[in-house]
Amino acid sequence: MRPIFHRLWSVLLAGLILAACGGPSNRDAPPESQLRRGIGTSPDSLDPHQAEGTWANDVIGDMFIGLFTENEKSEPIPGVAESWTVSDDGLVWTFKLKPWEWSDGVPLTADDFVFSFRRLLDPKTTGAVYASLQYGIKNAREVNGGELPPEALGVRAIDPQTLEITLTAPAPYLPGLLKHYTAFAVPKHVVETVGEKWTDPANIVVNGPYKLVEWRTGDFIRSVVNERFPGAADLCFKELVYYPRSDHDAMVRLAQTGDIDMNNSFPTGQLAEVERKLPGWPRISPMMATTYIVANTKRAPFDDTRVRKALAMAMDREFVTDVILKGGQIPSYNFVPAGMNGYPETARFTWADMPRDQRLAEARALLEQAGYGPSRPLEFEFIHRSTGDNPRIAPALQDSWATIADWVRPQIRQVETQVLYNQLQQKDYEIADTGWVADYNDAYNFLYLLDSRTGPMNYGDYSNPAYDALLDQANNELDLTKRAALLKQAEQLILDDAAVMPLLNRVTQMLVNPDITGYADNPEDIHRAWFMCRKPKAPAQ
Amino acid sequence: MSDTVNASPLARTIARIPWGFAARRLIAAIPTMLAIVTIAFFMMRAAPGNPYSTERRLTPEVEANLKASLGLDKPLFQQYLDYVGNVVQGDLGPSMRNKDKTVSELIGDGLPVSLTIGAFSITIAIFAGVGLGMVAAVRQNSPTDYSVMGLAMLGISIPTFVTGPMLSLIFGVWLGWVAAGGLDLGRMTFETLILPIITLALPQIAIISRLTRASMIEVLRSNYIRTARARGLPERKILLRHAAPAAILPVVSYLGPATVGIVTGSVVVERVFGLPGVGQSFIDGALTRDYPRVMGVVILYGGLIILFNLIADILYALLDPKVRYE
Repeated sequence: MRPIFHRLWSVLLAGLILAACGGPSNRDAPPESQLRRGIGTSPDSLDPHQAEGTWANDVIGDMFIGLFTENEKSEPIPGVAESWTVSDDGLVWTFKLKPWEWSDGVPLTADDFVFSFRRLLDPKTTGAVYASLQYGIKNAREVNGGELPPEALGVRAIDPQTLEITLTAPAPYLPGLLKHYTAFAVPKHVVETVGEKWTDPANIVVNGPYKLVEWRTGDFIRSVVNERFPGAADLCFKELVYYPRSDHDAMVRLAQTGDIDMNNSFPTGQLAEVERKLPGWPRISPMMATTYIVANTKRAPFDDTRVRKALAMAMDREFVTDVILKGGQIPSYNFVPAGMNGYPETARFTWADMPRDQRLAEARALLEQAGYGPSRPLEFEFIHRSTGDNPRIAPALQDSWATIADWVRPQIRQVETQVLYNQLQQKDYEIADTGWVADYNDAYNFLYLLDSRTGPMNYGDYSNPAYDALLDQANNELDLTKRAALLKQAEQLILDDAAVMPLLNRVTQMLVNPDITGYADNPEDIHRAWFMCRKPKAPAQ
Repeated sequence: MSDTVNASPLARTIARIPWGFAARRLIAAIPTMLAIVTIAFFMMRAAPGNPYSTERRLTPEVEANLKASLGLDKPLFQQYLDYVGNVVQGDLGPSMRNKDKTVSELIGDGLPVSLTIGAFSITIAIFAGVGLGMVAAVRQNSPTDYSVMGLAMLGISIPTFVTGPMLSLIFGVWLGWVAAGGLDLGRMTFETLILPIITLALPQIAIISRLTRASMIEVLRSNYIRTARARGLPERKILLRHAAPAAILPVVSYLGPATVGIVTGSVVVERVFGLPGVGQSFIDGALTRDYPRVMGVVILYGGLIILFNLIADILYALLDPKVRYE
């Protein structure tokens, strides 16, 4: 017994010594030429056609470039496209491509783009979550639905340097769509030979400024400069490291110790605290995102417009933004966030300027007209998402509604976020919180959600032929001013109907080291690393 | 048995391992694992939602193709049979959400980190716990005893999701001695792992020290220790040579539950410190309804716990001559 006992001790002791010598204590600052960035969540995939989410876009957009790309303000600028012409009816766009090479030296041709668009929309490409974004391309919907072969898609190569895209309706916002990652070129010659594993660091070939070299799941993703990218020599950062971590408190600590330069978020409701710990780091600016309440318009009591309108009027938006969230969010009386491209002025609830007392009285009157009162109380269940600020907002809304009258009795129930979306898509709910972040900078990307033909994504199951007609009309309008007016008219319609009850416009909550230049606040919250530099250190005093 | 008389201590030890017992326990582990897999499989599927319920909705055609490619279109029981069949052949399947990786790759990425943290935590917990427990027992009812046991009580009652951020704040941010979180670009170094290891070890140190103290006090009152003292053996020798090996037995039998504590604790600690371990993978998998990923981790955790319980039982047999498993 004794020898074994001693052996056990010595093994354990050896382990302890090993632990103590596990590595040199080395608290050196990371290299200046490395940009370290927290992206919040681990990407599902780095394949532009399979990816989902802004966090994946942060990585992919530094590696791939489409016909268009964006500047630091996220405005579309030509990417691989050198020049383009648009037919008179606005339907046929012809692009001349710049001479461009993939990172393995193979020339990038129009054929790569044809291959890429077909791959995106081919229903056999499993998991192309965002394919529907490119439904503006002729036959895209039919190809994605398996009704037509991929070859029928309205994208063709006229010659290796000329690409033609045919649309179903004029889309003045096409450059904004073509800079989305679903429209990035993928290397045909690699995808066809390697297959699904083409995004492995060993196989990947890119056409953007940085190239993936390492991906440790849940730990970090590392990219280095693609030397074949035009202008590669001028890039300030030679290496990018992305950290997919969702614990924002932990990321704030890493920012404090100088281990990261940027993070996609900071703990909500702690703006003042974060500003104190990291002066100059928090970057807050309006985003193309609306948090709103949606009611099931096909189910009582919310099939009655008066009930929806009463609830929309009673919501104390300022209390939510100024007292609860305190993070710069903007109370919203419009569905489309202000400041979207080609949409100079949003619609607005007609009663938006009414004092709250008067609004509450009106809301009560509306509910009484709808037949509710002490003998017939209005009872309903409000479900809300379990993530982010939503659990803190829900009780405030409950209180807002209960203030209308003591016979308005809202119940609230927290639901796991994924489950909530599932319920919304299946219309298995009464009233719920939800939100929308625009995929591209155009008001239509918000308004199409309430089109009766949108299906599961039309959470409230709203159907109004007049609304659908207005959207169709806007989609075929080439004059941008007239188009904006039509869209605004449509937005006014859904606000008057209280088909959605906007709560607030979201703001970006970035943490950015003040020493980083080339970062600009923008409503799309897209920040490409190739514009960024680090200010040279001031000489020691 | 004459050939074992002159054999080396190692050979004698090996001869004492209850091989038959170990084999029987391993065979008994098969139905246990099957039960774990079955329960986890159906619980996971009973949870509302699916891997594709997000804000964006797939077109029905794409969703159908996707489901077919992952076998989700088959009846649930058929899926279960397929899954068990694949697992038996060592195939944990593809990840449903992490499209570029298989479950084995995902677990393989995280395992070195989790094992390192776990192994060091349990080692430190045993050393520190046994040491502190013995000191407390020898100085029973002294200020030393009270302070050690008081600290142990704290260690048991403060959860790791409180100690983790606290340690990170104090030693990472304020003092700047070690990393506040994360690894050093994938490298496991002393300064990146020390805080998570300590965080994970603290509750186990607390439990083990209390176990050791109680057991040591009992042993110190026993007749053979009294005899040793009466014969004038030096106190140090009595404690280390005669009392300690007997007092450590409850600690050995606690090794199984301790492994469970370390495994479940690592899920929290990895999240708090942003470490790319299996525990993180487990949480991400559960939140995104990545069925195969969660199942893979469940199988790994189940296997580890069964294995360490077995090791603890065998160690117990080796340390305590009274124990016979035959």
